[in-house]
Amino acid sequence: MDLFRAHVLVCGGTGCTSSGSAELIRRFEEQLELNGLEKEIKVVRTGCFGLCEAGPVVIVYPEGTFYSRVKPDDVNEIVAEHLIKGRQVQRLVYSAEKSQVATSLNQMQFYEKQKRIALRNCGVIDPENIDEYIAFDGYQALGKALTEMSREEVIDTVKKSGLRGRGGGGFPTGLKWEFAFKSAADQKFVCCNADEGDPGAFMDRSVLEGDPHAVLEAMAIAGYAIGASEGWIYVRAEYPIAVKRLYIAIEQAREYNLLGKGIFGTDFNFDINIRLGAGAFVCGEETALMTSIEGKRGEPRPRPPFPAVKGLFESPTILNNVETFANIPQILINGWEWFASMGTERSKGTKVFALGGKINNTGLVEIPMGTPLRDIIFDIGGGIPGGKAFKAVQTGGPSGGCIPSSLIDTPIEYDSLIAIGSMMGSGGMIVMDEDNCMVDIARFFLDFTVDESCGKCVPCRIGTRRMLEILERIVDGKGEEEDIPKLESLAKTIKATALCGLGQTAPNPVLSTLRYFRDEYEAHIKEKRCPAGHCQALLQYFITDKCVGCTKCARICPVGAITGKVKEHHVIDQAKCIKCGQCVENCRFNAIIKK
Amino acid sequence: MKTLEELKAIRDRARDSVDLRRDNAGTRIVVGMATCGIAAGARPVMLAFVEEIARRGLKDVTVSQTGCIGMCRLEPMVEVYAPDKEKVTYVKLNPDMVGRIVAEHIVNGNIVSDYTIGAAE
Repeated sequence: MDLFRAHVLVCGGTGCTSSGSAELIRRFEEQLELNGLEKEIKVVRTGCFGLCEAGPVVIVYPEGTFYSRVKPDDVNEIVAEHLIKGRQVQRLVYSAEKSQVATSLNQMQFYEKQKRIALRNCGVIDPENIDEYIAFDGYQALGKALTEMSREEVIDTVKKSGLRGRGGGGFPTGLKWEFAFKSAADQKFVCCNADEGDPGAFMDRSVLEGDPHAVLEAMAIAGYAIGASEGWIYVRAEYPIAVKRLYIAIEQAREYNLLGKGIFGTDFNFDINIRLGAGAFVCGEETALMTSIEGKRGEPRPRPPFPAVKGLFESPTILNNVETFANIPQILINGWEWFASMGTERSKGTKVFALGGKINNTGLVEIPMGTPLRDIIFDIGGGIPGGKAFKAVQTGGPSGGCIPSSLIDTPIEYDSLIAIGSMMGSGGMIVMDEDNCMVDIARFFLDFTVDESCGKCVPCRIGTRRMLEILERIVDGKGEEEDIPKLESLAKTIKATALCGLGQTAPNPVLSTLRYFRDEYEAHIKEKRCPAGHCQALLQYFITDKCVGCTKCARICPVGAITGKVKEHHVIDQAKCIKCGQCVENCRFNAIIKK
Repeated sequence: MKTLEELKAIRDRARDSVDLRRDNAGTRIVVGMATCGIAAGARPVMLAFVEEIARRGLKDVTVSQTGCIGMCRLEPMVEVYAPDKEKVTYVKLNPDMVGRIVAEHIVNGNIVSDYTIGAAE
């Protein structure tokens, strides 16, 4: 095997692919060949590095130099300077603050507080090459399980590790496996939930894109543990890169007989199928997901019977999330003690979060459970852009809630999040600053659930619709005093009576914003005012004393709402104003404000 | 895949190709590759290091480059940084000298004094 003196790793995750990393790879290969370096330097397309904000990302080893926002035209310079002469191209090296340039990955604050287990291979290996996965101890755990451990021992190890479902609910994984193990049946199934639907969450996609074999290996281990010979991955069709890499990975694993019959010379058979989902949010719910795999309309059904007893095709089934599976091989290799030593008493290990919204380092982070929210937002996330004030963070997507700035020191774990009215969810973390209106946020998430409700049960189909109508009224400035109690009573009823998780958690964004930002609701309803200055219907534009009478705004206003003489103070006729904001944008004296 | 050994064999084979990306705190061999170094023949020297290290299957040793350190007349220059030791600077190298440096210095820890900057001056 050829030894290369340097590796150029180019991110091939969805984020960086859409900002042009495929072209970078082409250019690197072209330039290396042109300079006769193709035998010395290897170009590798990897999965996501996590710092999507700074994409496309290129890392050069052995130095570990982290280049960000690399454009195709920069490739020549990196090759000529760094790869030929060994001089880093400083202007492209990523730095959180311009003054201090981190020369290596390990010095970057973004990675310093992270602990990567589920993402350990993302951005490190070539996901389309099974040998690289094996080089980083891939399939060792499966080999160990099959040749050295009994089925009970595997389940026991997972149980003792304290691993809980990373998809949202946080159900203990080992317990789930045990239930399925104890259900007697000729045929059992292992399912992987890759139907990631929370707005803003993309950690499962990144794992599948960056380390697909980890999921395959874990599914085979689960199959051995519960006695299943068939696995299903339910992945959304709108993740084309992930789907492609899964197919490649399955094919390679079959070639090596890591999937198929008689794996590792034992009598254990296991193979994996892929089912593409059409993107309905409800299909992330376990019973709806299985119904969809069966080829029927994706609707949930009441539990019990639980899937561990009667799941896919009426057989005992376990369904785990992608990230949960990605932890399994590591637990088997390093032992449950290792995994249980991380995190808090009731939440072990790490969790991946997709940071988004008003935050400097948009991207993917993996942190030990129990890390305070403050560390995630200000140290890893790099704080709020533009010097604005942090207001709240939304976790758990449409099923979760908002955490206000007063609770920023809350440790992130399953139970503490539920205690403050939010939830872990699949790990979306949307950061909001002073300009975000919390009533509008609640309206946004409810709008999403109303869209995605499958319509099978009344509380979800009609109840969420009614809640949305009330919220729309409030942000339109037509809210009434009794709207808040009405929202609360509807929320309570829906939570108690909806059929599946989607409906039962749909009121959470409303309840949590009501809990922490009740004053904003009241300001909208009683004073017809939006404190964040976000809701257009409640805003008015005013011209302050800074006005010098240049007449520019009066000329620009499309409805002629601004009047005033040259060199005199202008005024806006509120009855005519359509709040288009053109005057604010064009005023050279910052004389127009909205409030 | 029939046995664990088979998997381990693939792992060992594949490891060589990804070793560069692990965190290694081992020895760094830094070749001066500015215009002066390249003109004096640094590239064959660097390739000789890469080949020699591959041939011996040395782990934890990386070869990287650096720019001009100002003594262009002594190029090709190579600096060896071993953990917790003072760096050693070799000067006026050619590919034939590389084997000895790897064998005596990198593997056995004995500096090849004849090739160092002190000997040349």
